[in-house]
Amino acid sequence: MKNLVILGAGTAGTMMANHLVSKLPKKEWEITIVDQYKTHYYQPGFLFLPFDIYKPKQVKKVGKKFIPKGVQYIQKKIDLIRPDENEVLLEGDEKLPYDILIVATGTKIAPDEIEGMAGPEWHKTIFDFYTYEGAKALRDKLRDWEGGKLVVHISEMPIKCPVAPLEFAFLADSFFKHKEMRDKVDITFVTPLAGAFTKPKATEALHYLLEEKGIKEVTDFNIERVDFENKKIIDYIDTEVPYDLLVTVPPNLGDAVIERSGMGDDSNFVPTDKATLQTRDYKNIFALGDATNLPASKAGSVAHFEAEILTENILRYIEGKPLKEEFDGHANCFIETGNGKALLIDFNYTHEPVDGTFPLPGIGPLQLLKESRTNHMGKMAFRWIYWNMLIKGRHIPFVSATMTEKGKNFEAVN
Amino acid sequence: MKKLVGQTEVNVNEEGYLTDFNEWNKNVAENLAEEHDIKLTERHWEVIAYLQGQHQKEEPLSIRGIKKSGVIDIKEFYALFPGGPLKMSTLIAGIPKPKSCI
Repeated sequence: MKNLVILGAGTAGTMMANHLVSKLPKKEWEITIVDQYKTHYYQPGFLFLPFDIYKPKQVKKVGKKFIPKGVQYIQKKIDLIRPDENEVLLEGDEKLPYDILIVATGTKIAPDEIEGMAGPEWHKTIFDFYTYEGAKALRDKLRDWEGGKLVVHISEMPIKCPVAPLEFAFLADSFFKHKEMRDKVDITFVTPLAGAFTKPKATEALHYLLEEKGIKEVTDFNIERVDFENKKIIDYIDTEVPYDLLVTVPPNLGDAVIERSGMGDDSNFVPTDKATLQTRDYKNIFALGDATNLPASKAGSVAHFEAEILTENILRYIEGKPLKEEFDGHANCFIETGNGKALLIDFNYTHEPVDGTFPLPGIGPLQLLKESRTNHMGKMAFRWIYWNMLIKGRHIPFVSATMTEKGKNFEAVN
Repeated sequence: MKKLVGQTEVNVNEEGYLTDFNEWNKNVAENLAEEHDIKLTERHWEVIAYLQGQHQKEEPLSIRGIKKSGVIDIKEFYALFPGGPLKMSTLIAGIPKPKSCI
């Protein structure tokens, strides 16, 4: 018997287990998936939790339910990967040998990387919404917050779901309008990049959203520390942004096990071939999802497209065939803009988001790079698709793993 | 679009960033820097070489990453490239400015 081991039972790992169980011959391959946590979270839902749009039970389920029969599920902490010995060490000195390893250990927020962030004010006046705990604590805060300066802040790139902070600002505007206290709240969006929007087409098409909603922008802000006593964030040239409520996205790092195993870059992300998803250093180790250093977005849709391509490449690897250099960085994301509307963007390594229709060229029904109620309904329907199709590895009709250029208005490749 | 930088014509995007790294050379860099009142010194070139190396490896650029690299400390980085060190240094290095997906 040969062993294929998947590390991490999040979006990417669970999808790989579901894809591979029906593809690998059961008599020859044993598939094992390891994750220390019992709960599988619907992470896109963390954006809605603070505003009481989703209830906690809508974003969490028992992870084991989504692991198919025929796959061994181990709920244990991973101590170390020993790539030279082809084995994984689990807590309690348990050894797990592998012939093929798939790393899907994701990314985590690291508020400790910024002085003053994870201090005594963490989850009191300083919040994240990238964890279940953070989103829930922020919900409790927002329920009776009386207003003041709300600062929505990105520490650095790359981060998981790069548009979520902007969506948070848009939803906050709607939330406070609905509570009839928008005049008591000042919303500022602070980014290390040159703008809230960074691509020319998106800036042109969407910058009006910030103006329309009265959201201020502070750009090129590289945070050095949080002065939690005086409630301000300070950057390297001593620019200060005062806050009453700071909603921040801390630096995102790969899992600590990657660092412990000496397999990561400076941010613990695994160097991975961006077209084949084979790790650069080890031929029998593959990586997908947020755990890689790919220059693609860290997003569930990316993991979904990668999983389809990686499944094929694992089969090719087993048969000794050359790997397909097929992954093109395809991402497809809904962006909530508040007031029951949303945008949809579709892009890859080389093409920036443009306008057009999706998924059917010329028909839609979804519109790219334009606000609409249909797009919002798409985002809401996506939770069902996630739990019932996506992580079960079912193909989503009309949506291909690589990006299609049909039905889109391209002018130039960036 | 085309832009005349010193005596050389190069292809740039709407924001003046080179779209083809093959058109970059030290002379182009010096002229781009001059447009922003920066005179390139030995320290600038070290930073530019580091950034180009990272870009070639497709590693995302961040201030924390630069701090960790040990090439330069952050205060000096700001002093060398006033007006947003990452967007200014990448412009002069002939590589794209750090971007998000939208």
